[in-house]
Amino acid sequence: MSIAALDRSLISTGAEWTFELLERYDRAIRDIAANEFELDTYPNQIEIIASEQMLDAYASAGLPIGYPHWSYGKEFIRNEQAYRKGARGLAYEIVINSNPCISYLMEENSMAMQALVIAHACYGHNSFFKGNYLFRQWTNADAIIDYMVFARKYVLECEERYGHERVEETLDSCHALMSHGVDRYRHPAPLSVAEERDRQREREEYAWSRYDEIWRTVPSRGDAGRGKRGAARFPSEPQENLLYFVEKYAPKLEPWQRELVRIVRKTAQYFYPQGQTKVMNEGWATFWHYTLLNRLFDKGQVDSGFMLEVLSSHTNVITQRGFDQRGYGGINPYALGFAMMSDIKRICEAPTDEDREWFPDIAGGDWHKVLDFAMRNYKDESFIGQFLSPKLMRDFHLFAVADHESEDEMRVDAIHDEQGYRRLRRLLAKQYNRDQQMPDIQVVNYDREGDRSLLLRHNQDRGRPLDEEAQEVLKHLTRLWGFSVRLETTDTNGQVKSFSEMKPSR
Amino acid sequence: MSIIIDRRLNDRNKNAVNRQRFLRRYKEQIRKSVGDIVSERSITDMEQGGNVSVPVKDISEPSFRHGSGGDREIVSPGNRKFTTGDRIPRPTGGGGGGGGSGEGDGEGDDNFTFALSREEFMNLFFDDLELPHLVRNFIGEVKDFKWHRAGYTPTGVPANLSVGRSMRNAMARRIALGAPLKRQLAELQAAQAAEEEIEAMRQRIERIPFLDDIDLRYRHRVKEPLPISRAVMFCLMDVSASMTEDKKDLAKRFFTLLYLFLSRKYEKVEIVFIRHTDDAQEVDEDTFFHDTRSGGTVVLSALKLMQEIMAARYPGDAWNVYGAQVSDGDAFGADPEKSRACLVDQLLPQVRYFAYIEVPDHEHRASPLAHAYQRIDSDRFAMKSVTARNEVYPVLRELFKREATA
Repeated sequence: MSIAALDRSLISTGAEWTFELLERYDRAIRDIAANEFELDTYPNQIEIIASEQMLDAYASAGLPIGYPHWSYGKEFIRNEQAYRKGARGLAYEIVINSNPCISYLMEENSMAMQALVIAHACYGHNSFFKGNYLFRQWTNADAIIDYMVFARKYVLECEERYGHERVEETLDSCHALMSHGVDRYRHPAPLSVAEERDRQREREEYAWSRYDEIWRTVPSRGDAGRGKRGAARFPSEPQENLLYFVEKYAPKLEPWQRELVRIVRKTAQYFYPQGQTKVMNEGWATFWHYTLLNRLFDKGQVDSGFMLEVLSSHTNVITQRGFDQRGYGGINPYALGFAMMSDIKRICEAPTDEDREWFPDIAGGDWHKVLDFAMRNYKDESFIGQFLSPKLMRDFHLFAVADHESEDEMRVDAIHDEQGYRRLRRLLAKQYNRDQQMPDIQVVNYDREGDRSLLLRHNQDRGRPLDEEAQEVLKHLTRLWGFSVRLETTDTNGQVKSFSEMKPSR
Repeated sequence: MSIIIDRRLNDRNKNAVNRQRFLRRYKEQIRKSVGDIVSERSITDMEQGGNVSVPVKDISEPSFRHGSGGDREIVSPGNRKFTTGDRIPRPTGGGGGGGGSGEGDGEGDDNFTFALSREEFMNLFFDDLELPHLVRNFIGEVKDFKWHRAGYTPTGVPANLSVGRSMRNAMARRIALGAPLKRQLAELQAAQAAEEEIEAMRQRIERIPFLDDIDLRYRHRVKEPLPISRAVMFCLMDVSASMTEDKKDLAKRFFTLLYLFLSRKYEKVEIVFIRHTDDAQEVDEDTFFHDTRSGGTVVLSALKLMQEIMAARYPGDAWNVYGAQVSDGDAFGADPEKSRACLVDQLLPQVRYFAYIEVPDHEHRASPLAHAYQRIDSDRFAMKSVTARNEVYPVLRELFKREATA
């Protein structure tokens, strides 16, 4: 092929982007993604925004619309501050798990960066959202935008009706419990915005129709078992979704407050899979922008200037600093994810003896099938537990430090050597386990017959105490509950170690 | 198929509503922070909006989290020298040995600091302050009008006729109506048409009026009330030997705040600095604050000078006059009484507000001047004793407390 012919196949040169070029790049990338690598994606909706708008999107955790709350204002101010000072660059993109999949591109980006973002978000993240089991089970891409529209409208309406202080109070309390407002074992049914509104109205009307002041005062005769030990406990099983429990059973909440609890709970639920698949999701997207754009280069559709810019940005993204280096901020999910995805490909294509021993199933297999399978059926914890290879542990120089309360010093528990691989991998996987990050707190008793108090149990994991903030959270919970809330901490043997009680202020 | 949408023109300030909510929620903390700024900043920086900070613990959102303690293992990258079994001293602060929970943003500060725009700063600052007697009477019952040109109008009195504009319109009209006729005339002439036809055409042309009613244009003028949006602020300060640097500093802050407040209320604010010992002089700002002078104390001299300057340069019906006096109150003999009389009889009727700030040596002992001033019963007068920097702002708040009756 002559130089001229090669040039003709280039999509563009130079850093300037135009809408027409965006479309051509998108088409070229989609061609490779869909036809060569068979990535299954939602349709894409690519939106060009300015940097201020990116800051806006940041504050609402990436959702294009959200209900108003001061904490988003705080988040916005914090981001803006960091951005203005130059302490932090903006992400090049934000992508929303919705159908169609919405991606934001910043207008300041160069053409190469836009192409990178398109490959990363519109084909990488997008296919992950569509394929991964957690997202399939727990989020409903078709309805999220609709739901947020509903939520925003509802919150604004409530503010108008009941005053912003009361709405803010309720939302504050809900936010405090947000981390414990996630269902892990049950599917929420998909709903559209119209259904959601109808159901909300139904719930409210039902509550009204059942309300009977006189009936309530009639003494119940079923008091026989009251106060006796062995009386049916409620809930019969401990409940870990605190927000759900509050929404359903809080004795004093008004219907609109219940609805607010529900909104926060739904939002928390929506973000739940993202927290569980950070490494995989970013790794997957990074792996694909790298693969797709390299393919674009191989086909002669982009020039080396383009590729250099892409690679320089790619390298920045996947930098992993050592624990003792400046700017270390934990394990970089992009770095680990990308390395693992690439490593799986390597194991399939060019396995070493070590790989054959560790990964007999996939060594020498079809990398594309293996990767696809991993993407669909794993979350961070299981993905690392299954696929982290000794080579990567060596590359990352991983080591585990044991921090035990009974010892004066910390001890190096395992390092990247023959004796340490298995343990190291298990520990790292565990680090991505939700229970490791979040204390296990469950509702064990709601004293319906007695003082209506709520009993929470913190099942302590290896003696790790709750942060002092827990008292603040209890206050919030008490506010929602309206009656006393008690929290007991039990060790692994079920022995109660500590106990605290919060009484409602009114 | 991908859809590409340009959203750049969409609303950019989506978060304004959330920012407002944030400011509203932490108003008290932010106000406190603003108060701190006032007590620490130098005057020249005062009018710049500014960075306020709110304690992080106040704005943190609590959640159930693991505290430090208990047993755990942390996996980190970048091992260079450790082998299994090595002991590492526990880092102080109970953190996780470079552990997995790194926030990583360097936001370990105790305060959440952010910038308020000048607007926001000022608003927070003066929010519920309103000057007493800040009646906009000069807008309400207007004494002064000014005629403003406001373009041209087709109707009006003959005196306002704009001849040039009317003639221009007339000419335009004549050309517009006459040109086609003239062209036809020329055609007829060229075609050597009948004389009558040509004559008829000529007459048609002549019938176009030279000046028509619709050409007339009058200068349009509107009468606009001229509000008195000017204020003058008299700063009176005792610079006798008993006034230490600290006291002057307090005075400086007080004047600055007053100035800021006035400059927000009025389009134009002038300041007159009068310093006095046993006699009074008008000086410039620098001299006022930084030049030292020694001598006794005669308060009356300053009041008299203020009165003279007012009479000469700032007549009360054209200027909103404010007075602010700072002294340690060490006046002697008949001076306090005379000053009081002068203030009550001569000055107060002419000023909108007069504030006296005392910076006493001893906190609880009323000075002779304060003793005399205490008997002034006028809602245009206020006095306060100030001993510390951070008292200045609260004093102002009280001085200019919103008046329900205003």
